Amino acid sequence: MNLLQPDASLRRRQALDRLFVALLVASAASGVVVLLLVLGYVIWRGAPALNPAFFTQRPLPYGEPGGGVAPAILGTLTMLAVASAIGIPIGIGAAVYLSEYGRGSFANVVRFVIDLLAGLPSIVVGVFVWALVVRQLVGNYSGIAGAVALAIIMIPIVTRTVEEILHLVPTTLREASLALGVPRWRTILFVVLPTARAGIITGVVLSLARAGGETAPLLLTALGNQFFSFDLTQPMAALPVQIYNYAVSPYEDWHTKAWGSALVLIGVIGTLSLVTRLAARGRTGR
Amino acid sequence: MVRHSEFTPSGDARSALAEPEPLGVRGHAMRTAQLSAWYGAQQAIDGISLPIAPNRITAIIGPSGCGKSTFIRCLNRMHEVTPGSPRVNGHVYLDEQEIYAPGVDPVRVRRLIGMVFQKPNPFPAMSIADNVVAGWRLVGGYRQKNLDEVVERCLREAALWDEVKDKLHQSGASLSGGQQQRLCIARALAVEPEVLLMDEPCSALDPVATFKIEDLMLRLKERYTIAIVTHNMQQAARISDYTAFLLAGDDRVGRLVEYGPTSEVFTNPRDRRAEDYITGRFG
Repeated sequence: MNLLQPDASLRRRQALDRLFVALLVASAASGVVVLLLVLGYVIWRGAPALNPAFFTQRPLPYGEPGGGVAPAILGTLTMLAVASAIGIPIGIGAAVYLSEYGRGSFANVVRFVIDLLAGLPSIVVGVFVWALVVRQLVGNYSGIAGAVALAIIMIPIVTRTVEEILHLVPTTLREASLALGVPRWRTILFVVLPTARAGIITGVVLSLARAGGETAPLLLTALGNQFFSFDLTQPMAALPVQIYNYAVSPYEDWHTKAWGSALVLIGVIGTLSLVTRLAARGRTGR
Repeated sequence: MVRHSEFTPSGDARSALAEPEPLGVRGHAMRTAQLSAWYGAQQAIDGISLPIAPNRITAIIGPSGCGKSTFIRCLNRMHEVTPGSPRVNGHVYLDEQEIYAPGVDPVRVRRLIGMVFQKPNPFPAMSIADNVVAGWRLVGGYRQKNLDEVVERCLREAALWDEVKDKLHQSGASLSGGQQQRLCIARALAVEPEVLLMDEPCSALDPVATFKIEDLMLRLKERYTIAIVTHNMQQAARISDYTAFLLAGDDRVGRLVEYGPTSEVFTNPRDRRAEDYITGRFG
């Protein structure tokens, strides 16, 4: 008798194996397909709106030909920059606390609250910042209010991703540094954080992408602006708000501009991610 | 814990915790008295009193779980940064100065008493040269001009210079396991410690790399006091001058069972359990 003779059970197992691998490939492919569909459709609808003026001019009233979304591009970049300056240090600081010092009930409370904050609908953040910053602190719709709202959205994303990454830094590296007589704060600053650099960048990029696409909180805080403005105490334009304003209009021309703006937004966030990653790589590559 | 009055240095006894002497003058002695350590509620070692002779290699042997690593980590206050609610009781002296005395900075203790770990742990984000001087760079306040000299001297001391001199700016992670461990030894030597603790430094290495590190230790003991934890009894017999044998009872708490000159411990152990372990009847 041939011991290695294939039998019925082997054939069934092989068939099942192929079936499940096929299912896994299909799942993986569907993610890619959805992304390509979205991207393809936005390009198809938005490309006709793109021309040099679209990137350099301010929006014009309906009926006037031309015009662009330059204030919105600059407003989005400005507010993201201010939001990053507020949110990223706080987010990384909280993550370092949770990962390096966080034991006991206070840390658990912080973790729980950060998770709640991450799950908070962005419109609620918008309402809160409207009540606090727009109504109380500044007195009107303003770029700084929009930046604060975006920072609140960024903090939990940065904190949770960076905390997870810091947990992945081997304990042996911390021990190696401490055993050299290096104080703990220097160990964290010069050993733990640089080792986790790539993961920290990923967290920052994720939070930037998420904040860059937020619309609801900006409608209640930055409001939008048809003119160029870098004054953080005044209403400021933003791409998502611009998309919203164009999309809810009754005009066919503005609908095309909405698609065009969406395409620009994808481009801006994509470029931002790429630049951040390249900048981070440039500093380590030697 | 001792009170301050008990560790006033005598007339000629130099205070290592106050001012480090220049490298290579004379090794410094260590000693533990009734040293116990816990992780949370679980006691790991109990009442260990052990001398560590200057300019000698003291091997700490025993089966897994006998508290060897815990013991050696108590010697430079690394035990207290281990996760899991660590606690220490008893005394550890460096030149008759209590390192657990109130007011003694653990960072200073670790600076004087260096450590090499079981798994080679070079800093992956740093080059080979930066790894060697990591102790200086990370602490800050160094003089830039000396560092290249330190790199070469320490890599030569660790018998690694010839193998890496042409790739000092590559990542330390690109080296083999044995080279990485010698890099870690060079890194530990660079901060000019008085005592070198080694926690199973060869257990992840092949016999050739092990031989190189043993050879290195024999040369280093002319300048340093060395304590080594090892699983490998042949290694203890080959390189150590004194051997301590730890054993955990049914309560999983490690105690000192036998201590003496290595030749005596290995040829004529007084304790029956040490004899059984050394002759290979268990462990």
